[in-house]
This record gives sequence, C-alpha cells and structure tokens, in this order.
Amino acid sequence: MNLFGEALRWIGDGSHWGGPGGIDTRIVQHLWVTFAAVGIAAVLAIPLGVLIGHTGRGRLVVVALAGAVRAVPTLGLLTLLGLAIGIGVEAPLLALVALAFPSLLAGAYAGIEAADPGAVDAARAVGMSEWQVVTRVEVPLGASVLIGGIRAATLQVVATATLAAYISDTGLGRYLFSGLKSRDYAQMLAGALLVAALALLLDLLMAALQRASSPTQGKVPS
Amino acid sequence: MGIEFRDVGKTYPDGTVAVTGFSCSIPSHRTLALVGTSGSGKTTLMRMVNRMVEPTTGTVLIDDRDVHELEKVALRRSIGYVPQAGGLLPHRRVVDNVATVPVLTGTTRRAARTAALQLLELVGLDPALGKRYPAQLSGGQQQRVAVARALAADPNVLLMDEPFGAVDPIVRRDLQDQLVQLQAELGKTIVLVTHDIDEAFKLGDQVVILRTGGIVAQTGTPQEILAAPADDFVRDFVGIGRAERSLQTVDVDGRNIVVDGSGRPVGVLT
Repeated sequence: MNLFGEALRWIGDGSHWGGPGGIDTRIVQHLWVTFAAVGIAAVLAIPLGVLIGHTGRGRLVVVALAGAVRAVPTLGLLTLLGLAIGIGVEAPLLALVALAFPSLLAGAYAGIEAADPGAVDAARAVGMSEWQVVTRVEVPLGASVLIGGIRAATLQVVATATLAAYISDTGLGRYLFSGLKSRDYAQMLAGALLVAALALLLDLLMAALQRASSPTQGKVPS
Repeated sequence: MGIEFRDVGKTYPDGTVAVTGFSCSIPSHRTLALVGTSGSGKTTLMRMVNRMVEPTTGTVLIDDRDVHELEKVALRRSIGYVPQAGGLLPHRRVVDNVATVPVLTGTTRRAARTAALQLLELVGLDPALGKRYPAQLSGGQQQRVAVARALAADPNVLLMDEPFGAVDPIVRRDLQDQLVQLQAELGKTIVLVTHDIDEAFKLGDQVVILRTGGIVAQTGTPQEILAAPADDFVRDFVGIGRAERSLQTVDVDGRNIVVDGSGRPVGVLT
C-alpha cells in the first residue's frame, strides 16, 4: 500500500510533467503509437474482413493465418523485428500492427456475416449493386460487431504498447523499463497505473461508440 | 409481350436439379401463380426473372427481351420485388425503406419520401408509420411496407415470393384482398410464388402447379384446373376429394343453400 501511495505521489509530482520525458508527453506518444498501430492494421484487416464476410470466400485460409499470427508472442516478434530493422519506433509499431490484425479481421468478417441474410438478399433483389449492399446494408448492420473488433484490438495494443519502450524512447513503457533498471519501483508502478488508466478510458470510449452504432439503438420513436 | 420462360432449367454445381425444361408465359397485366411444395423450384423460377438466379439452360424474356442481355442492377431496379417475410432494412425508417429504389435511381431523397408516404397510404398504412423502424411494426404491416417498396419505382413487373406466408390467416386474407384490389387498379404483370393453392387460385389468372424438380404438373386457369385436374398429384394438391371442394346445393324453404362434402353450409346460391 505504501508503494501504491508512492506511485500516486510520483504521478502527482509536478516535476514529472512537461518537457520531453514528462508524463503528458509520454501519454501522447503512447496514444500515438496505439492509434498508428490500430490504424495501419485497420486499413489492412477491415477491407479484407469485409471482403471475406461479403463473399464467404477465403475464410478458412485467412482465419487460419490470423490464428497463427495471434499465436506469435509479441515480445518475441518485437525482438526479431528490432534485430532486423534496428532501434526506433518502427519495429514496435510493426509488432503492434501484427497484434491488432487478427481481432480487426475477425470483427470485420463476423460483423458482415451477422447482417440479416433476408435484408441483404432483398437489398440485392431490389437493385443495389454489390458495393451498395456492402456499404448501405452489411456494414451498417454489422457495425457494432465490427467496432467490437476495433475495441478489442485497441485494448490489446494500448496495453502492449508499453513494449515500444523496449527498443525506443516512446510511450509510458519507458517508466517501467527505467524504473526496473534503477530499482525505482514507485516509478514502475506509476507507469503501470497510467497504462491501465489509459486502457480503461479508451475501452469506455469504444464501448460507448459500439453502443451508439447498434443498428436500432436509440431509434425508438417518441 | 409479358413474361416468357422458354425451356429453362437450373442445375446447381453440386448436381441438384431445381428446375428442368420449364416453359410458360404470362401476358402483361396478368398474374402468374407458381405453386408447389418446397423443393419444387418455384422460387428459383421466379428469381430467374430478375436474375437473382441464372438459368443453366433456356431463356427468360420480359416483353420479348432476353433478361440475360440486360444489366443486372438496372433490371432489378425496374422490377418490383416482395420477398418472403419483408426483407426490410432494419436500420432504416419505414419511409426510407419504401424510398430505397427511387433514391438508388437518382430521385432526390425529399421527393422520394413524399412519394413513399403516398404509397404507404395506397397499401393501407397510416403515413405516420413512416417514421418508425421495421421492427416496430407488426408482421402484416411490414409486409405492406414491402409491397409499397416494390411499387415505389412504378415497375411493370412485380415478383412476390410467398409474400403473405409469414402472417396469420386473418391478416393474410386481408393482404390478399388488398392485392386483388391494387392489381385491379394498377394492372402489373405479377409472378407470385406460393405453397398455398387457395392463394394461387385467389390471386392467379394463370396457375402453374409444380412437382419436385420444377416439373410442371398442370398449367391453366383456376377454373380449368378445378374442372379437369391432370392427374392424381394435381387432384390431391388442389384437394378435389376434400370436403370443402365438393359442394352441392340443398333446397331449404325454396332457397338454394350450398353445402360442402361433409354437409356444412358455406353460403347461399344467388
């Protein structure tokens, strides 16, 4: 409990805020890495997942592949990538993209597949093009599942983004690694608390977004 | 003119034969009822008209034009479609569901909505329901919305896939009566799929009874089929032997009362 108090005091200490190594800067860095990783993974995984969900093709191959990627330990991948491309934020970013990919892919195809087949068939039969079926029916109907995938990926990445500090001077993970090195356990715990708080906050935001995207949520007439 | 099926067949890649050598035509402004049990290929046949199913052999023609030569999306937009159990878009308001096709073809949303409200009235719904979402309507109301949506682009051809199969018998009769009335007013060319022979007789000018594999058991007007059923399958399907189909009159105080096969009175002969 004493350590816990120390950690909170460490966070409250004004000298740890501002400047290049300050908590605020680290939070921004941490968020930046998180959003960049989820964003890059989303650009790759969501169109692929939507395509799989829409056509029903290639599902087995891609799902098996995504499962295999999921089994790769992120720290191991990060070490490998770090050795290959050197010190800096690129290697952790890539490792985090790999981490986010399976959840995003699963959310996308599961969301599309969850769309009411009767509504999809009728939309096609009244004359929507395949693109219109995807964008006007399948994606809106699957949105909450799809956003669920983004939510899961964001949560994983924001927690794991601490590893970015393993080989670069980025994010809240810095406090864990430097605290460990200098046996400054208050600083370590402070870092962990900050990451946890950030993860909770993001998850709450994403949960609200997911609720708002539910096809019939909040649409009861007065 | 009208719709013509010319020797069409459909065999799926796994070898399942849905339809073989089906030929039939229906003149414009008339209703063709395809009736049969499940697996008789009736829905498959209907979906060939708007190319939701491509026949493996033969051709389907609308007004003497092979539908295969028409662009799929444009063809479908030019044909009204009423699916089984509504098929409305759950995330759009009723009015926007009705306006779907006009909006797709470039009508402004405002104009399409105004027209949609009138269509709701035409199918017997309070336009105030337009603000609701499909899930907030009863099954019968959803079916009416589906009919309104099918009429929105003022198509010449309507396809109806067991449109009243999912509602209770009283609502079904109501919807059937309404369709008869609408058809008298609008004169569309309709292809209706049903497994209910009474519905086929009530709504169809021409009735095709199909057996498994899309083989025609008999084609004709309801009168022709009742007067001369082609074989035992048809006789059984239309229920020739059933009490409610074998009517006779009895004289009661000088009036002719019609009774069915089990002696129950069904009406007065006028």
